[in-house]
Amino acid sequence: MQSAIDPAKADLNHHHDATIATHDVVHHDYRIQGVIVFLLAESMIFLGLFTAYLTFRAVAPSWPPVGTPKLELLLPGINTAILISSSLVIHKAGAAIRNNNVSGLRLWFGITALMGAIFLGGQLYEYAHLEFGLTTNLFASTFYVLTGFHGLHVCFGLLLILAVMARSLKPGRYTSDSHFGVEAAELYWHFVDVVWIVLFLLLYIL
Amino acid sequence: MTQAQLQTEANFEAHGDRPKVTHWREYFGFSTDHKVIGIQYLVTTFIFYLVGGALATAVRTELATPEVDFVSREVYNQLFTVHATVMIFLWIVPAGTGGFGNYLIPLMIGARDMAFPRLNAIAFWMIPPGGILLLSSFLVGAPAAGWTSYPPLSIITDKAGEMIWILSVLILGTSSILGGVNFLVTMWKMRTPGMGLNQMPLFCWAMLATSALILISTPVLAGALILLAFDIVAGTAFFNPTGGGDPIVYQHMFWFYSHPAVYIMILPIFGMISEIISTHSRKPIFGYKAIAYSSIAISFLGLIVWAHHMFTSGTPPWLRMFFMFTTMVIAVPTGIKVFSWLATMWGGKIRLNSAMLFAMGFVSMFVIGGNSGVMVAAVPFDIHVHDTYFIVAHLHYVLFGGSVFGLYSGFYHWFPKMTGRMMNETWGIVHFIMNLVGFNLAFMPMHKLGLMGMNRRIAEYDPKYATLNLICSIGAYILAFSTIPFIVNAAWSWLAGPKAGDNPWQSLTLEWMTTSPPPVENFETDPVLAIGPYDYGTIDDYDSFYRSLISGNGNGAVTADVPFSDPGDPTTSAGPDSTLRAKPDPSVAVHPGDRQDDQGNGSA
Repeated sequence: MQSAIDPAKADLNHHHDATIATHDVVHHDYRIQGVIVFLLAESMIFLGLFTAYLTFRAVAPSWPPVGTPKLELLLPGINTAILISSSLVIHKAGAAIRNNNVSGLRLWFGITALMGAIFLGGQLYEYAHLEFGLTTNLFASTFYVLTGFHGLHVCFGLLLILAVMARSLKPGRYTSDSHFGVEAAELYWHFVDVVWIVLFLLLYIL
Repeated sequence: MTQAQLQTEANFEAHGDRPKVTHWREYFGFSTDHKVIGIQYLVTTFIFYLVGGALATAVRTELATPEVDFVSREVYNQLFTVHATVMIFLWIVPAGTGGFGNYLIPLMIGARDMAFPRLNAIAFWMIPPGGILLLSSFLVGAPAAGWTSYPPLSIITDKAGEMIWILSVLILGTSSILGGVNFLVTMWKMRTPGMGLNQMPLFCWAMLATSALILISTPVLAGALILLAFDIVAGTAFFNPTGGGDPIVYQHMFWFYSHPAVYIMILPIFGMISEIISTHSRKPIFGYKAIAYSSIAISFLGLIVWAHHMFTSGTPPWLRMFFMFTTMVIAVPTGIKVFSWLATMWGGKIRLNSAMLFAMGFVSMFVIGGNSGVMVAAVPFDIHVHDTYFIVAHLHYVLFGGSVFGLYSGFYHWFPKMTGRMMNETWGIVHFIMNLVGFNLAFMPMHKLGLMGMNRRIAEYDPKYATLNLICSIGAYILAFSTIPFIVNAAWSWLAGPKAGDNPWQSLTLEWMTTSPPPVENFETDPVLAIGPYDYGTIDDYDSFYRSLISGNGNGAVTADVPFSDPGDPTTSAGPDSTLRAKPDPSVAVHPGDRQDDQGNGSA
């Protein structure tokens, strides 16, 4: 037998050309799994910071240190309610795109973005009216760094939502079968929300 | 064109419309091919290894004599700080995970690339800026608080250098996290159909455990460094006792990453050693599942031992007992691995080539480092030797005698796959002997120095330690020179070494079932497992075994005996066009040079 192939062998390969035809489309999309794993890692930063906060608190003779002004609860409470309900709103957006409803997606994403912006505004208002600064004492420092770090995450989530809204203007960009961007933004927003709940309990309630 | 011709063409011309050979320029650009990225990692990190080695040589030059004569005390502090940072964050971690992980994982699991190729390239391209940033700190006064950057020392030393250190570690840590996400999703989702977790090569198991550690622990370091940066720049007092802060919290957060980092640095090497020892002993790996699951056990235990670095930091006794116990327990899964490697070698047909020599060097040196590790895990002993040269000896036995020997072993083993050419064995053995001798000269005496009471991180010392220190410095010079035969050998072999062929080691893992170097996207079809990754020596005569697989005796009577194959589908079960065969079918071989007719005459 020369380099030509025995027809019997070639026959066994009958379905091989089918593989060749699909060769370049078998790259699966695992981005959402990537986002999940990344968010798990991201939650470890917060877990580390929370644990540090709890340790500072446990070691300190009194907490918050004597002379720290009391935290106002009303505004942060409203803020918290807004952020938590925005999680339900963004869920509606996900449901809309699963029904191929792009305008619904834009509507609910828009409302979520608005609520996120109100949350950030409320946060800045609170910063401006607090009677302690970053370096006043250990409690003040942890307060600003934890809420600030979370605020940065809210900012980033807001940018994600706006980017998805901008991209959704292109017809067919997001469909019921293919809407990774929507899912990622939604997941990220839920993540930011859950982190805030823990943060709120730690800093304001506990 | 008949189907048969199509098949032949497909076999050697994986992509008619794409360049088969990677152009050299791709290695300097933003390539998304995991093989290019893997080699980019390996070469870049090796350059940083040389930088770190130069710093170490400067440290040892200073320590050759008891007086401060080569550099000032301040510069000495900068030298050992940057030496450790470079070696850990720019050499061992990125070389083991980013370099070998990127190159090998998709090939070993039969995937075409990583799950996120572009993210992969981004992760790599964070390494050179991070490294250059760190080294640039010498222009403004390098960090000098040790690689641990313990506050309050790190808060009161030179701020610019310390901030550069923080920034560059944050960049390198982010790169590491992005890599971890990629590895985990790739191994989770992209294994070739038919490869369950328990059919994965052991390197993949090790990388699974490593990725989990990276993802869990690295972010906590980032948290600690953010707080430290606030202390340095903004004047907060998280870790500054004068403002009510607690430096011990930093130590906890730092070691929550940096102890697992030890396993991030050694687990990939464990995986590589399992591959190399089994291949070159021509024996099935002893205790596949024991080795695989012990990686996971090490990964889990590695997360709950960190405070053994802090036995002298005022840690309460009950906590010290807990961490002493968990630390000693880690010796169990590690011992399982070591005994499994020894049992694999036992009675094997061992090939004493450079890769195997380095692997055996790894096992013996690592065992010494592991033993001193159990010693320092004991609280009373640790309090005695804390911050002495005994610790320096221990950590270099696990990181140099362990990780670096293992990385060299990996270089020699996979060099033929990466470049398609063999390395020179004689120079490889010279390199090994210089490493073994230089390493033991440099670090063995440090055990005694530590027990005699010599402190680490000091530029001058009592003249009674002079002789042993001189021996250490001589060993360090031998180590420095040992890189020369390796570099020359690698460069020369890459350009002009003898052709390796697809599978020079007759290995059974999937990366050897494609051409050397592999084409873009690695495999033409999804490889189907016809044989386990370590089934060496289970068949008396490989030639006739593969011949029987190829020709069969009618209808797959032989293939039915082969584990994991699908007898109903001869094409994908070690048949002539399966990408899974150690010996290519002469008539349809992937590599044109292997094509022969039945009489054994080349026809290409």
